[in-house]
Amino acid sequence: MQFTIEVGRYSPEGTYADSASPPQGFPVPWDKSPPRRYQTFTVDLPEHAVVLDALIAIREYQDESLAVRCACRSAICGSCAMWVNGHANLACKSKLQDCTKDGKTRVEAPPSMPVIRDLVWGMDPFWKKHHAVTPWLENKQPVPGPREEYRVENAAMDELLQEVSCINCGCCLMDCESFAVNADFLGPHALAKAYRYAGDPRDADAKERLGEYSKDGGVWDCTHCYECVQQCPKGVAPLEQILKLRKMAVDAGFTNNAGTRHADAFAESVRGSGRLNELTLMPKSTGMFNVVRQLKTLPSAIAMLRAGKLPPIIHHKIPGVQRIKTIFQRVGGRFK
Amino acid sequence: MKVAFYPGCVSKGACPELYVSAKAIAGPLGLQLEELTEAPCTGAGVLSEQNSELADSLNGLTLAMAESKGADLMTICSTCQGVLSNHNYHLRKDEKRREKVNATIGDQGYTYGGKANVKHLLWMLFEDIGLDKIRSAIKRKLTGLKIAPFYGCYILRPEEYLGIRERPERKTYLEQLIALVGAEPVEYRGATKCCGFPMLTFNRDKSLAMGGSHIVEAKEKGADLLVTPCPLCHLNLDGQQPDAAKVLRKDIGVPIFHLPQLLGLAFGFTPKELRLDHHVVNTMSALEKVELKV
Repeated sequence: MQFTIEVGRYSPEGTYADSASPPQGFPVPWDKSPPRRYQTFTVDLPEHAVVLDALIAIREYQDESLAVRCACRSAICGSCAMWVNGHANLACKSKLQDCTKDGKTRVEAPPSMPVIRDLVWGMDPFWKKHHAVTPWLENKQPVPGPREEYRVENAAMDELLQEVSCINCGCCLMDCESFAVNADFLGPHALAKAYRYAGDPRDADAKERLGEYSKDGGVWDCTHCYECVQQCPKGVAPLEQILKLRKMAVDAGFTNNAGTRHADAFAESVRGSGRLNELTLMPKSTGMFNVVRQLKTLPSAIAMLRAGKLPPIIHHKIPGVQRIKTIFQRVGGRFK
Repeated sequence: MKVAFYPGCVSKGACPELYVSAKAIAGPLGLQLEELTEAPCTGAGVLSEQNSELADSLNGLTLAMAESKGADLMTICSTCQGVLSNHNYHLRKDEKRREKVNATIGDQGYTYGGKANVKHLLWMLFEDIGLDKIRSAIKRKLTGLKIAPFYGCYILRPEEYLGIRERPERKTYLEQLIALVGAEPVEYRGATKCCGFPMLTFNRDKSLAMGGSHIVEAKEKGADLLVTPCPLCHLNLDGQQPDAAKVLRKDIGVPIFHLPQLLGLAFGFTPKELRLDHHVVNTMSALEKVELKV
């Protein structure tokens, strides 16, 4: 079967310096993604072939200068993560037939990452974030004697199984919306890894970890867009692990942040009226005494007021609000 | 067709123009809106992450209210859609969670049985109302307008909860609809990206850079306006656009329409009836292209 592949080429020697930049409009943490040339190849492969098969065929038989990183070909090593049709994926897990759009498949190094050559991109930002979350157990148990082992309940490990599937391929980070505008954000993979250790009963001091993860660049800088859940080839669902960390951090008392204030103000409003009170939510989340930040939101509030887009000054309760209050009393926990 | 209408807090709060325009187009579409006036806020995911049992109960109650009307629940907000879909998916699948919800809400006059589907107006247009009905309601073709779709995360992801694996065409409805009303859909990367709203209170400048950059991309691809099925996206893309322009140091000035406003124009309503004069970013530049005024 004939497949057409469009490959984003880049060389540090500047061979492609006259060519087009990667797709515009994607805000990248680096000032300028280097220009690359899109080169089209045609390959003849069986219908079940994957993108990586095509890239290897190109390198072997058509252009030996094509740089592509791969090892296991089985979605285990995570080496061949790249952009396939503008989204992160493993080349070895992407069937050509499924990826062919308008007669072709486009592959390139992700523009959110530093490119080294062709499809090979630098993982330094990835590993820097990874190391920043202390990705190992700080053991609190005594060292087991000879012929003994560290013991842990099965149920406790079940909670962590999803994250343990992570193969460090970088798919989640390269498509992370928060990372695209905020290079300091720890990112989905590192925070999912953070949950793997903070949630492990053998870890010495989850509280210290949670304090670290609650700082700027941590759990509250995630924009909740689900891109990482969508792109992860191993079902790790990093966002869901980030949300668990947020709850753990709040429960551990790290509440002096906009995230917690936002959740509290949200709950207070729904509990009292059944609805969201947008008029008070924003200032309460920002912190009522944070004058500088409050002032920053003022121009947009005035613009919305002038357009008649501000919520009613008197916040109405929904009919039957008592029902909502009862639910909060029963299962509201901290929000009772 | 009868639907249990869930307008969501924002259409009754900071985006009243959405509520008004959604009600306006219900007639031509043959929708009989039975508004769930006693249903609570979904919690927008904020309550789900901090207390899933509470969010299960609140959303279980809303879904049970729709069920008692014998109709599917219709949202007009991507965020409401995402949260209600998420809880409906888990409550249908997990008997223990379902039992807990019914133990909490059982004496409040409602029982959750998982019978109601949650469907955004955008989905209903294609899956329940049908293209023929829409075509017959169109009185004004919006020829000459280039429109960039902006979905909002929670109507697209996670696919598992939203039934997108079974119906992948749900990822193309906005483009199809833009073509149907005679306009040209703009293809750009930002269409499926995040508006930044969930981060607005935590990290304002980054949130504005995120939303703003998608509008800039659409503008560079020739878009006269963006259309969104999500009022939270609208708050960030329209309400905060002047501030986003300052953060990005770019002139933006691209109007953002709610989905029912776009349909309403095609159905022959006046811009005023659809409250297109109640936006932060003036909508005139787009309306003039189809010889309309506010």
